[in-house]
Amino acid sequence: MTRTRRGMHPVRRKRLIIVVFVFSGLALAVALAMQALNENINLFYPPDEIVGGHAPLNTQIRAGGMVKMGSVRRTAEGVDVEFVISDLKNSEFVVTYTGILPDMFREGQGVLATGRLLDDGSFLAVEVLAKHDENYMPPELIDMGKNNDS
Amino acid sequence: MGRLRLFLPLCGFLLLVVMLWLGFSLNDPHILPSALLQKPFPGFELPSLQDAEKTLTQEDLKGKILLVNVWATWCPTCKAEHAELMRLKEQFGLEIAGVVYKDEPDNARRWLAAYGDPYIYNIIDRDGRLGIDLGVYGAPESFLLNAEGKILYKRVGEVNARIWRDEIRPRLEQLEYFDLDQQR
Amino acid sequence: MIPELGHFCLIIALSISVVQCLTSFTGAYRNDAILMRVGSSMVAGQFVFVLLGFAALVYAFVNSDFSVAYVARNSNTLLPMQFKVSAVWGAHEGSFLLWTLIMSAWTLAVAVFSRHLPGDVRARVLGVMGVLSVGFLLFLLVTSNPFERIVPFAPDNGADLNPLLQDFGLIVHPPLLYTGYVGFSVAFAFAIAALLSGKLDASWARWSRPWTNLAWAFLTVGITLGSWWAYYELGWGGWWFWDPVENASFMPWLAGTALIHSLAVTEKRGTFKSWTVLLAITTFSLSLLGAFIVRSGILTSVHAFAVDPERGLFILGFFVLVVGSSLVLYAMRVPLIRSRVNFSGLSRETFLLTNNLLLIVALSIVFVGTFYPLAYEAATGGGKISVGVPYFNSLFIPVMAVLTFALGVGHTARWKKTGTAFLVKKLGFVLLVSFGLGVVLPLLLDGVYRWEVALALVLAVWVAATHLKDLWFRAGGSLSGLARISAGYYGMLIAHLGFAVVLVGVCITSHYSLERDVRLGFGESLELGGLNFTFQGVANTQGDNYSATRGSLLVSGDGSSYWLYPEKRKYLSSNQVMSEAAINAGLFKDVYVSLGEPVADNTWTLRVHYKPFVRWTWLGGLFMALGGVLAIADKRYRRLRQTGRNPATATLGGATV
Repeated sequence: MTRTRRGMHPVRRKRLIIVVFVFSGLALAVALAMQALNENINLFYPPDEIVGGHAPLNTQIRAGGMVKMGSVRRTAEGVDVEFVISDLKNSEFVVTYTGILPDMFREGQGVLATGRLLDDGSFLAVEVLAKHDENYMPPELIDMGKNNDS
Repeated sequence: MGRLRLFLPLCGFLLLVVMLWLGFSLNDPHILPSALLQKPFPGFELPSLQDAEKTLTQEDLKGKILLVNVWATWCPTCKAEHAELMRLKEQFGLEIAGVVYKDEPDNARRWLAAYGDPYIYNIIDRDGRLGIDLGVYGAPESFLLNAEGKILYKRVGEVNARIWRDEIRPRLEQLEYFDLDQQR
Repeated sequence: MIPELGHFCLIIALSISVVQCLTSFTGAYRNDAILMRVGSSMVAGQFVFVLLGFAALVYAFVNSDFSVAYVARNSNTLLPMQFKVSAVWGAHEGSFLLWTLIMSAWTLAVAVFSRHLPGDVRARVLGVMGVLSVGFLLFLLVTSNPFERIVPFAPDNGADLNPLLQDFGLIVHPPLLYTGYVGFSVAFAFAIAALLSGKLDASWARWSRPWTNLAWAFLTVGITLGSWWAYYELGWGGWWFWDPVENASFMPWLAGTALIHSLAVTEKRGTFKSWTVLLAITTFSLSLLGAFIVRSGILTSVHAFAVDPERGLFILGFFVLVVGSSLVLYAMRVPLIRSRVNFSGLSRETFLLTNNLLLIVALSIVFVGTFYPLAYEAATGGGKISVGVPYFNSLFIPVMAVLTFALGVGHTARWKKTGTAFLVKKLGFVLLVSFGLGVVLPLLLDGVYRWEVALALVLAVWVAATHLKDLWFRAGGSLSGLARISAGYYGMLIAHLGFAVVLVGVCITSHYSLERDVRLGFGESLELGGLNFTFQGVANTQGDNYSATRGSLLVSGDGSSYWLYPEKRKYLSSNQVMSEAAINAGLFKDVYVSLGEPVADNTWTLRVHYKPFVRWTWLGGLFMALGGVLAIADKRYRRLRQTGRNPATATLGGATV
């Protein structure tokens, strides 16, 4: 490069500007994306980890397991509902939710709840997902079954 | 540089493929968790469907080669699978033990009366506890046991003609099951 | 017998498509006109046999032939006729057969409408499409045969179609979506053909533009209908969930949108050539990736088909083969000495480049959000996470805002070089007007003033105003001038206005929707969005294949009143329970009610939504698709066909994109 920067060929300079523009844009996008990702990932915890105190308090997480038979209770007023999620072994915890549960929600079936764990050990859900197709179960719950085998 | 730069998209793509491959092998629920393979069938003490007085245990599964089939009347795929199980029983004399999974015994009895009974007996797993021990995540699922009650193979999803041909039958042949069959 | 014939037809189709590939490629390589003609005549045969195979499956469904395993799993004698037919593509095997049929249909269309192309180009394009057909047919026959029988004990009734899918939306949504996905194979085939021949000039872009527009329009309608279906059928009142399967269709759409614009530059200006080729490959790869995501169960979602590792592996293998080899070809064949940058910093080219960059950034955002859980799991050896909706919204929306602003400037800018003074003179006033209108308009809406909404409206008005001003300018300021403007220009105009409409709908409905889960006794009422909802009670009703509890609500306010009847259905054969929402749809607002469950005597939980402008999201989508189709009607494409084989003589009328 014998030419000085100032004397750079206009085409080259244009190309350089475009490249700089593209790369700085990309770098910015990546930085923003990583930050947004870190703020918005929800980790999944099975019942034994929630009961064992391994899940963080007051942070948005996902929890799942089986809805314990006979555990669904509704308040006399409003649309608050409460049920127990269990791993059908020794661990279970109470979930509270305000709103209408999905069609597929059933006692004895798997559910996946998004929300946060409160200081009193109960789980305040903002979203409850349930589906009991013969071919479907949330992947988190599939693994739970596997781990229990070993 | 120059032309090498043009291989960048390819590199990105290969990276993606590696990730898909990893995710794919991690997520594959059809592969038996290695923990259960070659292990004895988990212990249980549950009532029999045919004879309410009788309690079945893992000992009842021993002594012969057996296909344990987890099913329920609420499971549509089980209905499709049922016909294949009937065929396997009629044509090959395969002995199948059923596990009625999270279902009412009355429903199960009605189903067997209506569609035919391919099972030698059925275990009632009403609350799904045996299912958990087996790592069942949905019905239907099937387990092939040898005479010692060890799990040789697990199928998540229906047993159909292809699974029989490619997965179960070759295993039975390995065990010389069919030779014995002909002598019988 | 018929199912066996169907199976046999698919085998014949596979053999034909193998012949199609071999003769086409050999013919093009040796420049042997006879071989090439043989290759192209195979296309019709292949289509006919796939169609016969498909018809055989439809026949099995219509006649409830439960000895066919796929029919037994997905149909039932109680199922109404229209759903018996749509159940054909209700699950994996049949929907892939539909996919393959659509692939053959596109191939046939290319064969018919590309007779004016140079023989070797046409042969290569048909050859590439033949390879894809071979792959799809093999996949179908090896891993997903829809004709597999259950013998000798066929069930006396089938397991029924998933109630969620017993709906008009499912009848039309998958075929449209697949037509879009598969349609991008045409642009892909043209790009690969250009790479193979080494003639990477502007002509391939010109030939593939109408095809790409058409595929894109189908995909747009498909996605729009999918969103509409989720809205009324899932019962949550949401219309977009950033669900992996939705993202799987959205990623090719974003890439396809970039492709449409970059093809325009390549055709008009002869630049961006290698970039456009790469985009064509990317777009189709993302379509295949979408198929892989949905069918492998690798990312689980509400829509995913049953998990089957054999299928997933096959698709992954096919994906690696097709995309890998195209990218290798790309790296080897794209000319190193690329076209000189012959446009200045401020020009239409620059803005189209910006468009492409922003769309690719948006695509990357969706891509990362979709695959991050998978990467995380792979990296941590099984850790489970999910990526929340705020991630997508917080990144995607700003990118779209910048893109929208650039859209207004870009199409006013001239090719090659535009003066800043020219742009200010043309757009300064428009900018002021849009700003004023956008800031004032939210005041007309009920609810708190939101700056986000104001900003979105400024941008929407900006897009509309710049485009209308440009239209008036082109028409020479007279109504008669409007008739002289090309269809291509109107296509662009309508698509861009559609985009503005989507923007308005998305923004207003996101910020001003009201939603309430309530507990109501018979005779009790609720106020929401200035409307009064009175719950009058429930009654039992009976459908073809379900029994239902039907609630009645009297909605009053706005000087009118009407009834809404949400249902809770129980499907007889599968015992599945499903809510059927009741919607009073309007151009400016939807009122949406769905039934929860009985919580006490004569008391139910209900979900009530008030959704202003939600229709605009889908209406805009339809406009965009209409624009895409209209652009194909442009006269210059017809002229192109008439001018025959020498593309150099084909003049291109109109200075439109």
